[in-house]
Amino acid sequence: MLEVEHAARAAKDRPDTLTRKRERYLAAGQWQLIWRRFRRHKLGLAGGAVAALIYLVALFAEFLAPTTFEEYTAAYRFAPPMPVEIVHIAQDGSWHWGLHTHPLVPTVDKVKMRRTLAPDGQTVVPIHFFVSGAPYKFWGIFPTDLHFFGTGDPKIPLMLLGGDRLGRDLLSRIIYGSRISLSIGLFGVAISLLLGVIIGGISGYIGGITDNLIQRLVEILDSIPSVPLWIGLAAIIPLTLAPELVYFLITLILALIGWTGLARVVRGRFLALKHEDFIIAARLDGASSLRIILRHMVPSFMSHIIAALSLAIPGMILAETALSYLGIGLRPPVVSWGVLLQDAQNIRTIVEAPWLLLPGGAVIVTVLALNFLGDGLRDAADPYST
Amino acid sequence: MLGYIARRILMIVPTMLVISMVVFLVIQLPPGDYANTLMATMQDSGMDNFGVEALRKQYGLDQPVWIQYGRWIWGILSAGDFGYSFKWSVPVSQLIWDRLGLSVLVSLSALLLTWAIALPIGIFAAARKYTVGDYLASFIGFAGLAVPNFLLALLIMYGAFSIFGMSVGGLFSAEYVNAPWSFAKIGDLLSHIWIPALVVGLGGTASLIRIMRANLLDELGKPYVVTARAKGLGETRLLLKYPLRLALNPFVSSLAWVLPGLVSGETIVSIVLSLPTTGPLLLDALIAQDMYLAGSIILMLSVLTIVGTLLSDILLAILDPRVRYA
Amino acid sequence: MDSSANLIEIRNLKTHFKTDDGLVKAVDGIDLDVPRGKVLCVVGESGSGKSIMARSIMRIVQPPGRIVAGSIDYAAESGHQVDLAALDPIGAQMRDIRGGDFGMVFQEPMTALSPVHTVGDQVTEALLLHRQVDRNAATAAAAAMLARVGLPDPTGTLRRFPFELSGGMRQRVCIAMALICRPKLLIADEPTTALDVTTQAQVLDLIGELQAEMGLTVLFITHNLGVVAQIADSVAVMYLGRVVEYADVDTLFHDPRHPYTQALLRSVPRPGLRGARLPTIRGSVPHALDRPTGCLFQTRCDVAVAGLCDRELPPTHRVAPGHLVRCVHANQARAVGEPA
Repeated sequence: MLEVEHAARAAKDRPDTLTRKRERYLAAGQWQLIWRRFRRHKLGLAGGAVAALIYLVALFAEFLAPTTFEEYTAAYRFAPPMPVEIVHIAQDGSWHWGLHTHPLVPTVDKVKMRRTLAPDGQTVVPIHFFVSGAPYKFWGIFPTDLHFFGTGDPKIPLMLLGGDRLGRDLLSRIIYGSRISLSIGLFGVAISLLLGVIIGGISGYIGGITDNLIQRLVEILDSIPSVPLWIGLAAIIPLTLAPELVYFLITLILALIGWTGLARVVRGRFLALKHEDFIIAARLDGASSLRIILRHMVPSFMSHIIAALSLAIPGMILAETALSYLGIGLRPPVVSWGVLLQDAQNIRTIVEAPWLLLPGGAVIVTVLALNFLGDGLRDAADPYST
Repeated sequence: MLGYIARRILMIVPTMLVISMVVFLVIQLPPGDYANTLMATMQDSGMDNFGVEALRKQYGLDQPVWIQYGRWIWGILSAGDFGYSFKWSVPVSQLIWDRLGLSVLVSLSALLLTWAIALPIGIFAAARKYTVGDYLASFIGFAGLAVPNFLLALLIMYGAFSIFGMSVGGLFSAEYVNAPWSFAKIGDLLSHIWIPALVVGLGGTASLIRIMRANLLDELGKPYVVTARAKGLGETRLLLKYPLRLALNPFVSSLAWVLPGLVSGETIVSIVLSLPTTGPLLLDALIAQDMYLAGSIILMLSVLTIVGTLLSDILLAILDPRVRYA
Repeated sequence: MDSSANLIEIRNLKTHFKTDDGLVKAVDGIDLDVPRGKVLCVVGESGSGKSIMARSIMRIVQPPGRIVAGSIDYAAESGHQVDLAALDPIGAQMRDIRGGDFGMVFQEPMTALSPVHTVGDQVTEALLLHRQVDRNAATAAAAAMLARVGLPDPTGTLRRFPFELSGGMRQRVCIAMALICRPKLLIADEPTTALDVTTQAQVLDLIGELQAEMGLTVLFITHNLGVVAQIADSVAVMYLGRVVEYADVDTLFHDPRHPYTQALLRSVPRPGLRGARLPTIRGSVPHALDRPTGCLFQTRCDVAVAGLCDRELPPTHRVAPGHLVRCVHANQARAVGEPA
């Protein structure tokens, strides 16, 4: 920064003109400083807000979805997204208000010479909030049938994003899928973090031969392109294994390959900090290694770790999506965004029902949001950037 | 300089050996082996245990792991013999070389495309910081980051089909698939390769744009830039000669980690687009536990990545004298 | 403009910076004559604006800073007078002058050179840019210049990279780089501050020799009064963006009229005075956004006159030919070096 700008900043801070409020502002702790800087990063804030929203949706998935992930209506196979309107103009010209949709009925598409489903403009199906719908167990524990919104009519499903090849509501499946996709991201990153911090920490703090060996190992693991390695590891999982076990194994596999990134960040921080004057001062003061690590080093790089984490999660989500899409990750009946995209493998299918690609949209939005958040955090955490 | 290169090459050898061991281990992880798979598919033919054992002996699957590994590695190093593909009943080398070559081609094309796009956009974004152009560049960058490459491939396939009515997939038009190599075939390849290269490269482009922009911005504020300006250099010439040169260093060294990503991306995209490269073959091989085939593919892809890293290090040494003399 | 006596005449130069926190008036109304063929030292504390003034002359001040008022008249070779402040800073004319007629040496030799280009490349660059010479002639000239600044093995050094040289050697390279085009003016922005005392002495001697040899006009920025005593012909004292006193070096040291100058001289530690407190200037430099009205030095001045000094800027008093002082007390000679 320019000297002149530094001088300008300090204008309000002469001892005789300092107000209480300003004093508290200046004496902020590390986290307050980080939060302040983060607040200025508009994209990071937006990303954080969107990510939080998506995680909330995942948390309350069953309630927010209009129906369950397995509920299907045979007549609505490959249904296009149903329209939502507020005003209905009846045949007699009268206006009716209220959120509503129209049921889909079989018609013939004269252009493409095919039978498709199209909305019946005359029949009105109102959309209600807090409506009774397909029964489910909230968080797997509380049985209920209350949905945030829906038609309330068991014969007419509300398919805002269309239906899949069995007549299941895509929106509901995407919402249910968010829970799986997002949680794999979190758990995988947690395991990666554990591995990364331990190994990276040892490597960075001890240094010397241990560091060298570990670094060679990390380099070697990194040289193996990840996708072939994932495929290799995921193909291990027998097709007949229970879904929960498959979930666990997939998480483990992703974490085992992903820890190298975090280990590198942790090691880098340790190495940089080891030679900082304040660490040497602490050592000269007689502080034990453990105390130095916990009290002096960890607070220094905590923020970097958080930033690295928020950038690692989208990587995990993308990886799981890719594996499941290829058929070697999670498998039906488990619903994740990758599994949903499996339905979109066939080009003919996509042309018939392009809305089947929408789970990809969910992935994109989530990954973008998390990346913006991570960027914002990283910028805010770095004390040396302007 | 030569000493530096020699040292780096020497360091690669143990790395490759360790990778081959890791790869072989991974392939061995699934319980059972190809004989089991065969047995499962040939249940009806009533093969009994003796038959399975005989099969095992024939394929050498009864030996301890490390012996199998040893024979495999020795075969590769001494004769270029990668083992036998159980599923296709031909030597592995017959299957992989062609496809490997095309994998290399697609990855390289993706790399070149990535550089060609990321470099100018990154420079532009840094030089015109906070303008519309900068934000646009960032946006492109983020788009590439967030869209999974297989999804992009799907979208492009969908777009091409519904808008142009053409099916994009494969690296060759129908008439050239089995034809011998000729200039015409190369031309056909080039006309098809840009889509996979673009799809694969887009993700890497994003991070490279951001790296280029960040590094250049860093360098622009440094004292040697002021010195150059004080000598009377024009702004453009100044930018290109000094800060850009230095900002290129991390850019070039990023090649080392971009390459594995590209190879990975190529694997997935080739599965989606049904390209005749190693991706689809690998997937089938792993599911069928055709271990020599799978192992060889992963090994060769890793070798590709390592060689790429080596080249990146050498390039960096050429660009940055500080690295050479360190 | 008196171009026979002065190479550059600065009149009412104002360089302001529009920052997020406010307008910083780094240079706020400077009048300064840079006499031809002599060494002018500009002295001041950090924040006095001396660096910005030098960069304003070179027109390398970067946004958000810009020259908002004033003129920098330069007596160019052709006998013409050019107002540098009015030129396009990145235009061809200014770029010709910069590097061709003016050379600049900076404070930090460790970072002033590009680490990935050879010494030879960087030294010959200015010559190739401004003079019609071919590469071989430029290389020969560069080698000669390196020899002149005292570097052993000049031809070998041309092939080396800056990180292979020590700080003192790098600074010599910078000096060679600045002078290779035989400019009229050498601006040295605290060139010895980052060097150890021995090297500092050598570099100062070098500059002195080169100045005499090439008839250079030197603008030497420093905060070190010892350096001033050694090489200056005339001195300008700056405080918070203004010149408060201007005199030839003898007069400045023996008959300073501005309270700031007097305080500066008083605060130089003197061997032989034992057991006494080191005199300092009380208070601290007001911050750029919080400047006092009237005389800028009043907050720290022992002889400030209430009602006068805090109302208006003191005008420039001409105490004697070539001795200018911006203080109401200008005409009262005061004893220097009073017992502490």
